[in-house]
Amino acid sequence: MGVRLILKDNCLTAVLSGEIDHHAASRIRCEIDETASKVKPEKLVIDFSNVQFMDSSGIGLIMGRCKLMDIWGGRVEVANMPPKIEKIVSLAGIGKLCSIREGKINEADK
Amino acid sequence: MKPINEMEVSFLSRSSNEAFGRAAVAAFAAQLDPTLDELCDIKTAVSEAVTNCIVHAYKNTIGKIYISCKIYSGGRISVKIRDRGCGIEDIGQAMQPLFTTSGDERAGLGFAVMENFMDSLRVASKPGRGTSVTMQKIIKRRENENG
Repeated sequence: MGVRLILKDNCLTAVLSGEIDHHAASRIRCEIDETASKVKPEKLVIDFSNVQFMDSSGIGLIMGRCKLMDIWGGRVEVANMPPKIEKIVSLAGIGKLCSIREGKINEADK
Repeated sequence: MKPINEMEVSFLSRSSNEAFGRAAVAAFAAQLDPTLDELCDIKTAVSEAVTNCIVHAYKNTIGKIYISCKIYSGGRISVKIRDRGCGIEDIGQAMQPLFTTSGDERAGLGFAVMENFMDSLRVASKPGRGTSVTMQKIIKRRENENG
């Protein structure tokens, strides 16, 4: 449960896992922001493939990272959204804020 | 109408209890044989309500969160989540999507999610006394899928 960070070619990938609620999101946020603020990557990919549950705290997490990446002109991409969290993501209209990558990312691309 | 079954649980407004709150309601709702989607809807709505108690009602303090669930005939489940926290001054404003008093990290979608994921939502609040959120959902009866 939590977040695994992978940095490659100026792209930071945050692989989230477990249940993302307000409790988990605050820890995940700190870990992503600590590295992102240091590295200032061009792109932050938030990978949801191992997420079992997400409430609106996950939406806040995405929105907050978009604001952070905006500071140095970076962008956020949301990837590998499992069907069960698509409902909350579409309700929030996250597509207007960042790009949502359809389909699977290969391990090699991470 | 008299409920067929009832359950009550209360716990402290610590964020580590968010997972417990939604799991307790989901475990009780399981007897209605919901689909995974229906169960996910209930868990998400409960998680939003419990988070509101922690983030807003008991902001900077720890208090008790009370959940009571009732099951009625026809597959109807009612979930009431109550606190004795600060209460809401303007319920209409609080329920507006994207409205939040908590800054950047909260999306302001709590009530919108509860409304969308459940069949009905009722909010009652008294400033200084607390808030109660009552949500209902009808779990549709499934035909026996294996014939």
